[in-house]
Amino acid sequence: MTQIIFDDVWKEYGEHIVLERINLTLDDHEFLAVIGPSGAGKTTFLRMLLSQEAPTRGRILIDGEPIAPEPTADRGVVFQRYSVFPHRTVLGNVMMGPQWAASPLLGRLFGARRRAVEERAMALLTRVGLAEHAEKYPAQLSGGMQQRLALAQALIMKPKVLLLDEPFGALDPGTRKQMHELVSELWEENAMTIVMVTHDLPEAFLLGTRVIAVERPRKDPQAPERFGATIVSDYETKCRIVRDSRRFEADRAKARLTLVP
Amino acid sequence: MRRIINYAPSPGAKVILAILPFVLLVGVYFLGSSARLAIDPADKLMPGFASFYASMMRLGTTIDIATKQYLLWWDTWLSLQRLFLGLGISALIGLVLGILVGFVPYLRATFEPFFAAFSLIPPLAVLPILFILFGLGELSKIVLIVFGIAPFITRDVMLRVASLPTEQIVKAQTLGASTWQMITGVILPQVMPRLLDSVRLSLGAAWLFVIAAEAITAEGGLGYRIFLVRRYLAMDVILPYVAWITLLAFLMDYALRKIAAVAYPWDRIKAA
Repeated sequence: MTQIIFDDVWKEYGEHIVLERINLTLDDHEFLAVIGPSGAGKTTFLRMLLSQEAPTRGRILIDGEPIAPEPTADRGVVFQRYSVFPHRTVLGNVMMGPQWAASPLLGRLFGARRRAVEERAMALLTRVGLAEHAEKYPAQLSGGMQQRLALAQALIMKPKVLLLDEPFGALDPGTRKQMHELVSELWEENAMTIVMVTHDLPEAFLLGTRVIAVERPRKDPQAPERFGATIVSDYETKCRIVRDSRRFEADRAKARLTLVP
Repeated sequence: MRRIINYAPSPGAKVILAILPFVLLVGVYFLGSSARLAIDPADKLMPGFASFYASMMRLGTTIDIATKQYLLWWDTWLSLQRLFLGLGISALIGLVLGILVGFVPYLRATFEPFFAAFSLIPPLAVLPILFILFGLGELSKIVLIVFGIAPFITRDVMLRVASLPTEQIVKAQTLGASTWQMITGVILPQVMPRLLDSVRLSLGAAWLFVIAAEAITAEGGLGYRIFLVRRYLAMDVILPYVAWITLLAFLMDYALRKIAAVAYPWDRIKAA
């Protein structure tokens, strides 16, 4: 169970108000898509969830606890670019998180424990379709493959929340479509919460179970910086009750099939 | 008629063109030297290649009476020792300070302006201070090299650390990395190729400091020998020594480049 609450969050840079009056309650296993014009503060919203920036006012709660003041392993992230480490191979990139967790000093595991992590990493790489590229360096991969690698690298830590910052913005349309399928499958399999920032409306409504639009509701021509953006619309695009009953039906059908020899 | 920048030489022509300036230089020297030797066979300013060979054989294969050493090899050994010690210590200082100051915001705010000012001190101007503090022995020579090069390497490493994308650092934190793990697992490996590059760029300066220090006081060394025989106008020793130093510097540069290519293959993929 993961619940994210934004409680009257504001973000200001000096005189400049970026976001104001952000109130949001996000239930477990939602796919939240954040849309809005450029410069509206979508990325600031995500950075606050990542603790890369702190809200000026208000608070953010995850499972009722105030969010950690720095990025932690319970929130995974995939950026548009630079999400993977160029000096490690594909397999090495995926193995970094578990190795850091298990070996505080060296950041490396050896012997049987290493093989166990390697197995898990390879399973994930197979899942995202990168198994045959395990020994390559990220610079040798295409843009879409790098993003799949970044997903695998984040997922191996089993984060409560996965944050995606325009993850498909730099990809060509065909690759983007494949990535959409992969992400929605991974979301279903891992039963986690995803928050995705995008400026692509069809993408937001295709993937998101909930879509919020962030925009400035008022503009003061004399002092445009004094009004920040806020959540102007909030759509539930895939009803939870429909999703739940569909999953229930699917489970029941599966159970029936196993009963009937 | 195309623009001149659109004419590229073929691979074979490239090799010939690359050799050409060297051949020209040797040829011009040879002509000048022959002309002078024709007038005065004992000319000291532009001795012929035969006298270069004779001097080098004398310095490289016979034992010097005063020092009981083969002078050429002894000089080379002393100079290289100073150079390697100086460069190695500079690289180590540059790496540690550069990473710490570049990565930790508090250290950065404290020391970045200080390093910027410190690196502007002309090392040769403080050479007398070094001689007073550390004596006339090896220590002051090595301190001079470190003083001259470490600030440059430190700043270069610092800039490299600062140029790593923030996304990588945030990502590492979401994977649970501590500061130490980020330094050893993310920063250090990505800084190393740049460190080798800045050591390569410092080679020229390092030689300058070695020779300057040796010129003032030493009991041996390539720079010492050049400045010693200067009194006798012994161009037959000075010129081959200069060529030898150049060759050594070139070989070091080449070796560093090869080490970087073998040890950090990913860095070359990015450049390609």
